[in-house]
Amino acid sequence: MQKFTTLTGIAAPMDRANVDTDAIIPKQYLKSIKRSGFGPNLFDSWRYLDHGEPGMDHSRRALNPDFVLNQPRYAGASVLLARVNFGCGSSREHAPWALMDYGFRVIIAPSYADIFYQNCLKNGLLPVVLDEDMVQRLFEEVYAQEGYRLSVDLGMQTITTPSGRNIHFDIDPFRKHCLINGLDEIALTLEHVDEIRAYEAQRRKEAPWLFHEARS
Amino acid sequence: MNGKTLYDKLWEAHVVRSNPDGTALIYIDRHLVHEVTSPQAFEGLRLAGRVPWRIDANLATADHNVPTTGRRQGITDPVSRLQVETLDQNCLDFGITEFAMNDPRQGIVHVIGPEQGATLPGMTVVCGDSHTSTHGAFGALAFGIGTSEVEHVLATQCLLMKKAKNMRVRVDGEIPFGVTAKDIVLAVIGHIGTAGGTGYAIEFAGSAIRSLSMEGRMTVCNMAIEAGARAGLIAVDDKTVDYFHGRPYAPSEQQWDRAQTVWRSLHSDEDAVFDREIGVNAGTIPPQVTWGTSPEMVVAIDDRVPDPAREADATRRASMRGALEYMGLVPGTPMHDIAIDKVFIGSCTNSRIEDLRAAAAVVKGRRIARNVKLAMVVPGSGLVKAQAEREGLDKVFTGAGFEWREPGCSMCLAMNADHLEPGERCASTSNRNFEGRQGAGGRTHLVSPAMAAAAGIAGHFVDVRNWR
Ligand code: SF4
Repeated sequence: MQKFTTLTGIAAPMDRANVDTDAIIPKQYLKSIKRSGFGPNLFDSWRYLDHGEPGMDHSRRALNPDFVLNQPRYAGASVLLARVNFGCGSSREHAPWALMDYGFRVIIAPSYADIFYQNCLKNGLLPVVLDEDMVQRLFEEVYAQEGYRLSVDLGMQTITTPSGRNIHFDIDPFRKHCLINGLDEIALTLEHVDEIRAYEAQRRKEAPWLFHEARS
Repeated sequence: MNGKTLYDKLWEAHVVRSNPDGTALIYIDRHLVHEVTSPQAFEGLRLAGRVPWRIDANLATADHNVPTTGRRQGITDPVSRLQVETLDQNCLDFGITEFAMNDPRQGIVHVIGPEQGATLPGMTVVCGDSHTSTHGAFGALAFGIGTSEVEHVLATQCLLMKKAKNMRVRVDGEIPFGVTAKDIVLAVIGHIGTAGGTGYAIEFAGSAIRSLSMEGRMTVCNMAIEAGARAGLIAVDDKTVDYFHGRPYAPSEQQWDRAQTVWRSLHSDEDAVFDREIGVNAGTIPPQVTWGTSPEMVVAIDDRVPDPAREADATRRASMRGALEYMGLVPGTPMHDIAIDKVFIGSCTNSRIEDLRAAAAVVKGRRIARNVKLAMVVPGSGLVKAQAEREGLDKVFTGAGFEWREPGCSMCLAMNADHLEPGERCASTSNRNFEGRQGAGGRTHLVSPAMAAAAGIAGHFVDVRNWR
């Protein structure tokens, strides 16, 4: 997993509640068997005027001028400001892959859907939770000031605004540790092979039917 | 000391190791695999030189991309074909059982798991798919995972997680004629919202839930994720136990008594305490129709399209306006007056035999309306399809002008050829009415199978309670 320590970048506002993962990366791109290359299709149906399909040259498609990420002032954004229940719906990990491939490394929202939140953490995309009033204030500041940048320090658990205001955020200590060190969670789990085997042996005795092959 | 909830019991039975920070390593009994969320996980395994921990814990099928017609010719879309072939190859390479496209047992992953007895009470069941919550109907702890977690389960048979909170939704009272499990769960989502269950495992309880068949219970748990809850749960009772007799993966004759004794303990204790409780009276629930682009945007069939001007909260008001614009609807329009272009009966929410029977009962001896361009029935699995054909339901549907298709996800998410054209309006028995879900620009209204069938006959939404 990609490490995350600190970042300073342009913040872009995604001013809608309940943004679902179908909107973040539409289904036609889920046919890919790779983990990369989803960036050009992030928010595809909002971002372009035409309907996109895999295999198109996306750099030649007409952009929707009304879509927020197409505005020049948000070019190169790496912090996404979002509303409640961001990432709801489908469990597709293609959603955080697309956000990262586009260039986002931090999302700030009042709440996330559970599966999406986990998927972000497993890819080095930092989902910050702030209360709704704080998020509202950030939205207002982003709209008010072109080139608005936020600095995010995971070690310190702070976000710093251009005016120098520090905002604290909470994150699970284990998740923080994994993100800062870019740890491979599978390798961590495999340190407990003996415990897994012991559990399995016990369950085989207690509930052997859980280990059945089909009897068709 | 308070008693335990069903969720507490299932969780505790699967803890391999608890960490001081509150996370735990949880053992996974069953891993269901499909073509969309698994290729990158298998690739990750290969790159790290790892092998699956327990091959027999995995069961795979191709469902999202498969065509629902002309299967003999294979898959024509090369991108879809590659994804399905990649699954076939991965299963072959690693020795995982797969019900491939032309296997008679192939179907939607959440339909075939229980059908095979591969989902059992007391299990932990995961799949790279959010609707894995479906399997909670059997007193299993079942939830959707992302692709990194798919790889983690393949490699370790475990997941590192934090326990969720407990919520109980009690649905009591008698379910009125014309009202189904789908209407109950849509009404619950309308009540608590699509984020109402975030951070919780929801146990559905009460006399109305107990009165549902296993199919109905699956419909309810299927949509727990639409309320934000990763897992939905229902306690084990006689119906649950009876369901598994004779299923291929179910316990053998010799183990049956022991298994069912364990299963019957899978319910919340009398004195269990929930972090949140909600009560709903089934007797007051009318058939439901969604009007917007989120499952919580739902009203009763005898109601009207709501008016954003009456919504006090600014963010919600903006969402409502956006939804109405996308859906091409005007506030105040009676739901009855909304005409449809297509009907989709299928998906892991409503494609089991009971759903098809309910829809067939409505269309029997009738014809689809002139304005309906396409009405399709897509059974959840090859076995459901065969059963329906034995009962003659296929003839009832085709006689009424419906198309009778091969099993798969189909127009639930339109990854195959089945989709809505821009602006087309669909009465759909699926679970998500998100923008573009059934095709770019397509407009989805979520309803029960009987309501979808009736809308197909009438050409617009109608109240099935008046449809005897
Ligand atoms: S039927 Fe729809 S919701 Fe269910 S697994 Fe398939 S695509 Fe997902």
